[in-house]
Amino acid sequence: MLSLLVENRYAVTASVLFAVGFLHVLLHPDLIKKVLAFNIMDSSVFLLLASRGMIAARTAAILTDGGADPSRYVNPIPAGLVLTGIVVSVSVSAFSLALIQRLYGAYGTTDMRKILEEMKKRGE
Amino acid sequence: MPFVRNLPYLCIFLCMLSAILLSLGPKAKFAYWTAVCVSAVCAAASLLFLVHIAKSDTAFAFTMGKFPAPFGNEIKGGPLQGLFATVFSLVMCLCLLGGKTELFEDVDEKKMGLACVMLCMVLASLLVLSYTNDIFTGYVFVEIGTVAACALVMLKDSGPTLAATVRYLFLSLLGSGMFLFGVVLLYALTGHLLMPQLTAAVAALAGDSAQRPLLALSLGLMTAGLGVKSAMFPFHRWLPDAHSSATTTSSAVLSGLVVKGYAVLLVLLYVRVFTLDTVRSLRVNDAVFILGFAGMILGSVRAIYETHIKRMLAWSTVAQLGYVFMGFGLGTAEGVAAACFQILIHAFAKPLLFVSAGRLSAVSGHEKQLSALRGSAWRAPLAGLGFGVGALSMVGIPLFGGFAAKTGLGLGALDGGMKVAAALGGLALSSVLNALYYLPALINLWSERPAEAARPARDRCCTLSVLLLAAGVLALGLCFKPVMDLIVRGLELL
Repeated sequence: MLSLLVENRYAVTASVLFAVGFLHVLLHPDLIKKVLAFNIMDSSVFLLLASRGMIAARTAAILTDGGADPSRYVNPIPAGLVLTGIVVSVSVSAFSLALIQRLYGAYGTTDMRKILEEMKKRGE
Repeated sequence: MPFVRNLPYLCIFLCMLSAILLSLGPKAKFAYWTAVCVSAVCAAASLLFLVHIAKSDTAFAFTMGKFPAPFGNEIKGGPLQGLFATVFSLVMCLCLLGGKTELFEDVDEKKMGLACVMLCMVLASLLVLSYTNDIFTGYVFVEIGTVAACALVMLKDSGPTLAATVRYLFLSLLGSGMFLFGVVLLYALTGHLLMPQLTAAVAALAGDSAQRPLLALSLGLMTAGLGVKSAMFPFHRWLPDAHSSATTTSSAVLSGLVVKGYAVLLVLLYVRVFTLDTVRSLRVNDAVFILGFAGMILGSVRAIYETHIKRMLAWSTVAQLGYVFMGFGLGTAEGVAAACFQILIHAFAKPLLFVSAGRLSAVSGHEKQLSALRGSAWRAPLAGLGFGVGALSMVGIPLFGGFAAKTGLGLGALDGGMKVAAALGGLALSSVLNALYYLPALINLWSERPAEAARPARDRCCTLSVLLLAAGVLALGLCFKPVMDLIVRGLELL
């Protein structure tokens, strides 16, 4: 059992991080913390992807000394996917932070529960 | 390759290019009409493509930049994709026309360009989700669609719409997270991202009992992720706020189109990548069936209690998406075909209802409460009729499209074993529930003819939009058979 965990340590870590991020995005009332949790969630997926793409004793697929032997390099696609994922996650984070700023301007708090209370008070 | 086969790619490219150009900050009117023209051109081009591909009865992969299979990115065109693309672009154009007056009232003149950028991006994402042959491209456009859809919710810049947007955004992000995790898991299992290679790898893995739980986990995560985004029960809570607080065009686009894009991607996953036999053997469809069933009933029950016309329509969207998921959950080709038909008919009927409701409320001093809209149909008879067509279609009166969708679902359920009773009973119950809120609302709109007052100003764009959307609902209801045949053929070629 333990050896299985150690063998799959990246996948296990990724799953735990994903669960942590997931629950916080779902349940935490503070919007800024939700953004942080969302980033944790996405990073866990990138960790899984990067760890799956790594093969020990091979290097990144960058040709330097003219050796084009594919067995020396790892598959570059997972790294490409992680990069794409980071771009998506950065832009979504920026968008949500801008949105939260607007919401703070309207209600003076970043706590979703307080915002909902305030909305009720104002009769919106 | 005949030129017409480039059209799907060119449509996507046109949407994205116009989005980039519109972000340069043109005048409000110019931006609006550009968005209308782009969606109209996409509709025409997609129709041309649909006619061509339906006649030649094939499907083909279009490789980007002519890079061969494992390296390049692909889209795949077939009759079903052509049909979805045509309907999505056409309805997008009509939503823009139908909500024109309100759009110019609600959106700041300087920000109209940006609003149109988002509308173009939504259309681009819908087209890509229909055509894509690469699962990671699917993920990227799911995210693009999400951000653009959030921006549409908050076009009307007020506190409640911002709060609705933020709730929509975070639930959507959960959905994207789950979908991405599922995709990565599938990639780790198979080593592929292009759908044809994935299909072969999944077929090989499905026979291996050690890999089946992981395969089921991956499919379950992707289903749940897309389910959150298309408001599958119990992840539907964001929808009523987001769809009802927005301006008319946004509500119509969000309810009629955006939630469908994710459902279309789910069809691709189920039919093309995993194949229905594997989906059934992994038993993921059973969960989808139960959740679809629950959404169908609960959405309608909640709609009965609503007194706000747009919230009522939004809850009805939850119920109607329940039909779609129930169709997927049947796990048979007939069930999925019926779900596809439901996607199409709802893409016409719900924007019709929202556009009509927007017009009715505009002629009644922007009131949204049903009680305040009493007799409003006499002030704008065409919008009243449009609401009637949409409502009767939702209830499932014969000749209207909704009836055909329900018939299709019922027929599809017949060889579903244990699910027959549940599906047929659920359809019957849900039709009664639909009637319980749509008919009173409709009677309310037409009752008590008000004393002759000054006629409200005409709104030609809205008239055109209501007429064409209603024509779409009736056409789908009357031409049930050919459309259904096209969908079935499209699913075979998918």
